[in-house]
Amino acid sequence: MQRCEMVSVGAGPAGLAAAIEAARSGVQVVVYDENDRPGGQLFKQIHKFFGSKEHRAQERGFDIGRQLLEEARQLGVEVSLNSVVLGIYENRAMNVMIRDRIEQVKAQKILVATGASENMIPFAGWTLPGVIGAGAAQTLANIHGIRPGNRLLMVGSGNVGLVVAYQMLQAGCRVAAVIDAAPKIGGYGVHAAKVARYGVPFLMSHTVKEAHGMDRVQGATIIQVDEKWKAISGTEKEMDVDTICLAVGLNPMTQLLQMSGCKMVYVPNLGGRVPAHDLNQETTLPGIYVAGDVSGIEEASTAIIEGRIAGLSIAQSLGYLEEQAFLEQREQQLQSMRGLRSGSHGEARGKAKDYLNAVMKG
Amino acid sequence: MSQGLSVTGYLSEEEIKNSPGIPSESRRQKGPVAVIECIQDIPCNPCEASCRAGAITVGEDITNLPSLDEEKCVGCQTCVPICPGQAIFMVDESLPNGRATVMMPYEFLPLPDEGEIVTALDRSGKKLGDAKVTSVRKTERMDETAVVTIEIPKEWSMRARAFRLKR
Repeated sequence: MQRCEMVSVGAGPAGLAAAIEAARSGVQVVVYDENDRPGGQLFKQIHKFFGSKEHRAQERGFDIGRQLLEEARQLGVEVSLNSVVLGIYENRAMNVMIRDRIEQVKAQKILVATGASENMIPFAGWTLPGVIGAGAAQTLANIHGIRPGNRLLMVGSGNVGLVVAYQMLQAGCRVAAVIDAAPKIGGYGVHAAKVARYGVPFLMSHTVKEAHGMDRVQGATIIQVDEKWKAISGTEKEMDVDTICLAVGLNPMTQLLQMSGCKMVYVPNLGGRVPAHDLNQETTLPGIYVAGDVSGIEEASTAIIEGRIAGLSIAQSLGYLEEQAFLEQREQQLQSMRGLRSGSHGEARGKAKDYLNAVMKG
Repeated sequence: MSQGLSVTGYLSEEEIKNSPGIPSESRRQKGPVAVIECIQDIPCNPCEASCRAGAITVGEDITNLPSLDEEKCVGCQTCVPICPGQAIFMVDESLPNGRATVMMPYEFLPLPDEGEIVTALDRSGKKLGDAKVTSVRKTERMDETAVVTIEIPKEWSMRARAFRLKR
């Protein structure tokens, strides 16, 4: 059995930020990621980030990803790719499948930063090729340089739907409309305005009724919904599209936490069942920490801060960081976080996180 | 149904009127000035830091709306490519012959050529008519966001917020 001080499951913004903070204090860190590239979703994020200078505002996601990777490399963090953590067992033992072999690893501290998966909504024809997630559209266009389709319907007006709709325009797609069952646009108005000014209509209180086509999407029927999200018959509209892109929310990837026995709490504002955790990002299982979307759906900037807090806390609990220094640095991070969890878009997330912290205290 | 940014995706006349980032007509007629179309309390403040004239204030709470001090704004354009929301434009209504220019962030390829005739679009993407590209700038500091200036009839100066290439 291989032993190490800290393992991060996931090399996205949260996992990398935690690894960096811990390694800076001297912790020996191994980061496992099941993908063949590190960075999580950061390398798909070609838009400029919001926030303040301390949150890397006005920098593009992939540039932030590059810098985090470089910093981790300089601090001697080991990033092991194509490495799937299959399970977390008693006393923080793990089975890790690295390419075609399975290794047993035991860590003093584990950070689970596995991110989230995309929600899908079922409708007639939803299994046709051409019905894709917004994440897939980003991967195709922004990682591989392939335009996902020529005429696209975006379903969902949260920030993911808005940002990806704009990126599809940049990729040369025609975006037929952005629709959402909710009566109001979910994401930032400025993201919506970037899409609207190129002639993309926003149809609120609309959902997809059906995708048409035999072996691929050749059109879509959308329909208006009432305030209870019930379809109003007779309001159908035909959309001439070859791609239906779903951006209908994210779901925390908590399987490892659930199997290891962490207390889970259902918090709709954070995307579903999420692990209870304290201010240090530690769960109900001592030594198991969480950060980023797996601990509640937010955004890359907040994931980085949560990761930093987890990394600092791990360094302190392993004896690499004096308590006073830890408390000061944690306060800095919390201060920075408060800015991102305020305003009408962020406040609900901040309150939901406070609730999770309160659950820990009982 | 209430219309406006959170329903249609673009600002209504009412929302523009009530925004603290919009310069007065008399200021716009004096020369280039920033028009900040940011009306939601999102956590963001790079515009404030970018302004060397101290004309943009967000303040301690970064969800405050940016407010413009139109007399301090020197029309230097620095804030236009900086805004992550692409919500800042530079409007100049001081041109003769009833003309005006609008400078806007542009993140599409290919870039237009200076002198090229393009189609000006309003906030909803509706065609306004022909516009002449008078300047295209893209430097390393702007991090891939080009800034394009179009010349249009003055009546469109507070409406034209995008353009489409004709080619």
